[in-house]
Parts: sequence; C-alpha cells; structure tokens
Amino acid sequence: MSFRIIVLAKQVPDTRNVGKDAMKADGTVNRAALPAIFNPEDLNALEMALKVKDSIPGAEILIVSMGPGRAAEIIRESMYRGADGGVLVSDRKFAGSDTLATSYTLSLAVKKLAPYHLLIAGRQAIDGDTAQVGPQTAEKLEIPQITYAEDVVAVDSSSITIKRRLERGIEVVKSPYPCAVTVHGSAAPCRPRNAKLVMKFKHARTLSELQEETKDYTEMRADRPYLNILEWSVDDIQADVEKLGLSGSPTKVKKIDNVVLQAKESRQFSSDEKDIDQLMKELIASHIVG
Amino acid sequence: MANFYTDNKNMKFHLGHPLMEKIVRLKEQNYSDKDKFDYAPTDFEDTIDSYDKVLEIVGEICGDIIGPNAESVDHDGPTIVNNEVVYAPGTQKNLDAINNAGLFGMSLPREFGGLNFSMVPYVMAAELVSRADAGFANIWGLQDCAETIHEFGSQEIKEEFLPRFPKGATAAMDLTEPDAGSDLQAVQLKATWDEASKVWRLNGVKRFITNGDADVSLVLARSEEGTSDARGLSLFVYDRADKAMTIRRIENKLGIKGSPTCELVFSNAPAQLVGDRKMGLIKYVMSLMNSARLGVGAQSVGIAEAAYREALKYAFEREQFGKAIAQYPAVYEMLTWMSVRVDAIRSLLYETARFVDVYKAYNFVAETRKLEADERQDSKNFQKLADAFTPLLKLISSEYCNSIAYDSLQIHGGTGFMKDFPIERIYRDARITTIYEGTSQLQVVAAIKGVTSGTYLKAIKDYEAQPIKPEHEYLRRTLADMTIRFEAAQAKVENLKDGDMLDFHARRLVEIAGNIILGYLLLGDAQREERFTRSATIFIVKADSENRQKESYIQHFDPRQLGLYKATLEA
Repeated sequence: MSFRIIVLAKQVPDTRNVGKDAMKADGTVNRAALPAIFNPEDLNALEMALKVKDSIPGAEILIVSMGPGRAAEIIRESMYRGADGGVLVSDRKFAGSDTLATSYTLSLAVKKLAPYHLLIAGRQAIDGDTAQVGPQTAEKLEIPQITYAEDVVAVDSSSITIKRRLERGIEVVKSPYPCAVTVHGSAAPCRPRNAKLVMKFKHARTLSELQEETKDYTEMRADRPYLNILEWSVDDIQADVEKLGLSGSPTKVKKIDNVVLQAKESRQFSSDEKDIDQLMKELIASHIVG
Repeated sequence: MANFYTDNKNMKFHLGHPLMEKIVRLKEQNYSDKDKFDYAPTDFEDTIDSYDKVLEIVGEICGDIIGPNAESVDHDGPTIVNNEVVYAPGTQKNLDAINNAGLFGMSLPREFGGLNFSMVPYVMAAELVSRADAGFANIWGLQDCAETIHEFGSQEIKEEFLPRFPKGATAAMDLTEPDAGSDLQAVQLKATWDEASKVWRLNGVKRFITNGDADVSLVLARSEEGTSDARGLSLFVYDRADKAMTIRRIENKLGIKGSPTCELVFSNAPAQLVGDRKMGLIKYVMSLMNSARLGVGAQSVGIAEAAYREALKYAFEREQFGKAIAQYPAVYEMLTWMSVRVDAIRSLLYETARFVDVYKAYNFVAETRKLEADERQDSKNFQKLADAFTPLLKLISSEYCNSIAYDSLQIHGGTGFMKDFPIERIYRDARITTIYEGTSQLQVVAAIKGVTSGTYLKAIKDYEAQPIKPEHEYLRRTLADMTIRFEAAQAKVENLKDGDMLDFHARRLVEIAGNIILGYLLLGDAQREERFTRSATIFIVKADSENRQKESYIQHFDPRQLGLYKATLEA
C-alpha cells in the first residue's frame, strides 16, 4: 500500500486586502468583492505534505477541497506544486455549513479515500479564523491529532514526529498513523509552482468545468486520466442531508458590529529595566505578545 | 505578493506578436513532442498559454524572492571559501527557488530535460530577472552556454552535459584574459592534447570571468601551437568536478555585486573539445557572444524598467512646495521620456529575439530534414536581420538603460544619492551594460555594417510598407522623411571614400538608423494596441529632431578638422 497523504485545502476570499465592500449588509462576507485565493496556512500544510513526500519514496498527495466549482483551482494549484490529484467536494446542499457540518462532510470524503496515513490541514482559514475544522474532522475520523505543527522533525513509514509551535514554547510529539496534523503559519512557506507540472496539469478539470470549456482537448484527456479532477456530491459521499448546510449548522450569526480601532489613552514608560519589565508583563497578560 | 510579469501588460503584449505563430510552428515541429512528454503543448494556443503560465511563475519568483533579496545580495556578495565561490545567502535562495520551479534549461529541448521554449519567452524571463536583480540575471543568463553546447557539441558531449542544466548546473563562459579583453584573438590560455589520458589539458589564466566557479565552464583556449590569431583558438568544456582550477580572487566591483567575477588559474585541467578545432572564436564564441548580447539587451530593459518604476513611485510620494514633484513639468517630462524609451528598447529587444528565434529554429529543423529552397532563403534573411539587430540592440538598450537610471536617480534628488533607496544600486548595476559583452564602441563597429550593407535600410523600407491606421499616416511620413535624410547622410560620408571618416561618423550613422527603426517599431506596436500611440508620437518627434542635429553635424563637418581630434594622439 502506498503512503497516502491527504491535504485539506480551502479557497478563501483574500481578507488581507479588505476594502469597504468586504461585508454585505446582512453581515456575511461579500465574496464577489474579494479575490479568491489559496488559504495561506493550507499552503504551509501543502508544503509539509510535499516535504514528507520527498522523504518517503512512492508517497502520494491527494487534495480534498470543499467549495463551489471554481474551488477546483485550489486542486490545480496544488498539483502545480507537486500534489498528485484531488477531490472537489461540491454540492449546493453544502451551502451555509459551519465548522460542524463542514468537518462532517470532509470526514466522509476522507473516509472514502482510506486507507491513508496522514491528514494535513492548515491551522485555520482566513475567512473564519475558527481553527476548528481540522480538529473536528480528526475527531470524527477517530484519529490522533497534532495541532499547531511547525515542522516535521522525523518521518518514516511507521510514525511521524512533529514540532508544535505553542504560545509559551515548542513541543515535539510523535504519532503513529493514521493521524491528523494542522499546520501553523510559522511553518515553511510553500514552494513555487513548477514549470513542468504547470504545463502537465494545466488542463486538469472537474466534470462540471469541462462542460463549460470551449476547447476540451478530448483526445489528450483520454490518454491522461490524471487530468480529470474528481468531483463528489452529497450522494457520492453518502452524507445525511440533515447534517449538512444550514440545517446541519448550529452556529448562527446573531449580529455583526463594525469595530473602529482607536487609541484611547497613552501611557508613558521610561527606558529603565523595571518599567520595560512591567510593560512586557502587561503586554503578555493582555495576550498582545506571547 | 508581487508579480513582475502580470504587473506589466507590455510583456504579454509582446508575447502576442503575430510572428509568434511562425516561431512556435518551427520550434514545435508539428507538436510531435506531445506523444513523448506530458508537458509538451498540443497546438499554438496551448504553447502560448504555457509560455504565459511559466512566465507568471518567473514573475512571481522575481517579485517575491529575487527582488526582495537584491539589497542583501548587493551588500553580502559572494566569497571564496576553500577555493570555492560561495554565493551570498540571498543568491542561493534565488537559485533554490528557480530550481524548485524547474526553470533552468528553459530553451533546451525536452529530450535533455528542458522546456523547449523559444527565445522570446526565454528573453522575457531574463528581462524579469534583471528587473528584480541585475547581478543575479548573469547567473540566470549563463544558461546560454547550454545552448552553445546544444548547437555545436558532439552527441556525446550533449548527452553528458545538457541534462545537468535543467537539474540546476550553473555555467560560465571563460573567454577574457588579462591581455585579451575586447581583442579575444590574443587569448593565450593553452590547450594541449594529452595522448596518455585521451583528454585535452588546459593551462593558463582567465580574468573577469562571470560566475567563474560554475559547474560547467566553456573555455576559449589556444589549441594550435605557434599560432597567434583567432584561427588557433578552440572551445572546450571543463567540468568543475575535476577540481583542476584555482580561483585566485573575486573582483570588487562598482555594481552587479552579487554576480561573482573571478580570476581563474587552470593547471593541467582536463577538458573536452566542443565542435571542431580552430572554430572556437571564429564560429562558436561569435554565436555565444550574440546570445550574450541579446542577454545584455534583456538586462538593460529590465534595469530600465526597475529604474523607471522607482522614479515614478518616488515622484508621486515626494512633495515639495505643497505638491508631489511629479506634478512639475521638469519632472513629468523626464518621467514620460523615461517610459517612452523603455517602450522603445523593449520593442527592439523582442523584435531582435524574434529574428534570432526564426533562424535558430530553422537550424534545428535542418538537423531532422533538408530545408526547402524557400525555407533556406527565409532562414538566411532572418539570420541577417538578427546579426544586424543584435549589436544595435546591445548599443541602444544599454545606453538608454544608463540614461534612464541617471534620470531616475536625479528625480530622487539627494535621497537618491544615499544608500537608503534601491535606485543607487540600480544606477551602479546599470553601468556595466555598456561595457561587457562588447563595449558600445565595439557594437558600433559591428552595427555600422548594417548601415553600409543596406540591411537596416531594407528593414526600414519593409516597415514603411506595412499597413497603417490613417491617423498614424503623418508619423509614417515623418519616418519616411527621416529615412531620406539618413540615406543622404550615409551618402555624404561614403562619398568621402575615407575609412577614417566612416569610423568617425559611424556612431552617428548607426544612431540615426537606430532612431528610425525604433520609431517604426513603436508605430507597429501602436497598430496592434492604441496605447502605444503616445510613445510612438513622442519618440518619433524627438528622434526626428535628434537626427537632424546629427545629420547637420555630418553634412557640415569639414574632414580636415579630423586632424584636431587626432592631435590628442600627438600630445
């Protein structure tokens, strides 16, 4: 059995460059106003998976992404960097899913790809910042999880040793397979796209995308099965519709406030040891530095 | 999150030139590679799409990695440790990124692990890298050596060396020596055949060698004992793994400090002959130098683009007398003239690259089948154009690059003179472009042949015959008038039947022709995209008056006054 790594990756609105149209009046994110990008910490996760793949001959990386049709771009982007393929989990019935419904859906998709060794995901997505989906998915799969991973210390075909970046230091933990790892933004940045892989995989499409293509390269597709990106619906993963989308999501947005940050008071500290020490203690206590 | 390819729509504009269809057709030979390689294109559109996507990777690496590293690379520079050149940490990171992205060996055929890209996208990559860090552009650009091995090496040498380049092997071309700079016929480094071990042995010194400690070096050496001119020189390939070369020192330079310039001593170094004996300088180095000159053209355009962007940014940020300095006529005239010249030299760069592309592609087609008579003629015409345009490009782009960098620093005022802004580095980096790979003065010696042989005039007449939008007709008339005056100035000099006078006016004649060519190229760009009308108009009007000044000097110059110049020699 080959060594299988599954990476959970999400396409997100680029909330790092927020303009005034970023939110709609009802308090939801205005996705049309923000460019769709590869969730930054998922790129760190992909790099970690690629690093593992580099050290285990024959290892393969599959991307699982849940989202609308255009999220197939995330799978292609991953293939351009060294992933072997992926599945887009896409269905209108998933719309409105919170972390509970999302992790339920993802866990079913991952189960369908079993047996696997590693499940790697970014710590959190920049559109929700919950950091719950990775751990919840691991719980539903009943596998051990290592969160806040920063680096792979050692890996072989029987276990993985991970360095965790924690608030007050680092921790090194070892786990057997299968296990889940969520990756922190301080981990190595993802390698650039590779020219040959881009040319090899640029025609990769999901079935729905193919139906919209003007030029389908049918002949080429027949000889190159890797150009077909899998697309799974609710039926494909045999999900319970009640646990999906809005009905499966206990989280409800009650209200959204506009927060305007402003300096209310200023305090003077002298540059002697005692004052600086005091300042640091206060900053740590209020979680501004940690 | 910067991307130097996507933030500059002029790159894609040149990738969309109508001649690309012919270039790709020749280069991909019926797209036969698609059955052997999973990354080979299936048709023209697919090929251009691949070029575009790969250039996007180059642009991203330039914007996010190479550009941000440029300052530290300039500061740290390379060092020698245990007789090995160790790059600045930033340089090494750049190389790693380029390697991970699989970009080395861009123009090599796929059978050797390359991407089989034509010259145009390859030159574009060089422009992008140069905009990010002109010094690093040399390490990038030396993959031209692979091209030389591919063109002239035996099958065994190709198989031994070429697959190493796409895996990241670096290259150097070891030509110059302490007493052989512009005059390479004077090369002394000795190559002798070692019958016992069946290899050539190299002995001697090379100086000013860019990236001298490369994995693979092409070395020009004297293989024919008792000779003293070009006919005694052959080209060799030396593998660093043989450890038979010492690095005497790394030069401390004004600019491009990240690029290690080395003095090398070869001691009984084993090497293999590339191609035929005695053809080293006459054929192979001439070809290598032509690629290198095209490379300096790309470097010049990249540096000029960087300098212009720095000036533009600063001129809008800096306020004096209550408004941004860009608002003052003296400043916006400079900014405009800078951007017009960048457009002009970029247009000349890709025109030249296309000429090179066509004839080189024909040469490779000729290896697989006999060319038809009309194909042979076509190939010959393009080679002629490439040979005439290459020195013109090297001359004009490097001179413009320097003047644009000068203007950019000027716009920065006192701040530009400090080490705090990138422009001081860009200004220093620009300076070498008019010097290496043949000084501007030597480019004129090559380019004047384009004037006397009529090659430029023929190209100009061809441009003149192109269809044009009615509203541009007056610009064409100006260029046509400039052409008539160019012919008159040339006739004036030639009628003197005096070699000294031709030499004396050579640069002026070349620049007059160059201005007309640049004018037509911008006018051609304006036919494809309206926004180039501005550059074309500004350039042609200025070029017209610049040419008049030169023509007036030529027409009124009294040949007897040449003696006043020669008097310097007698002092």
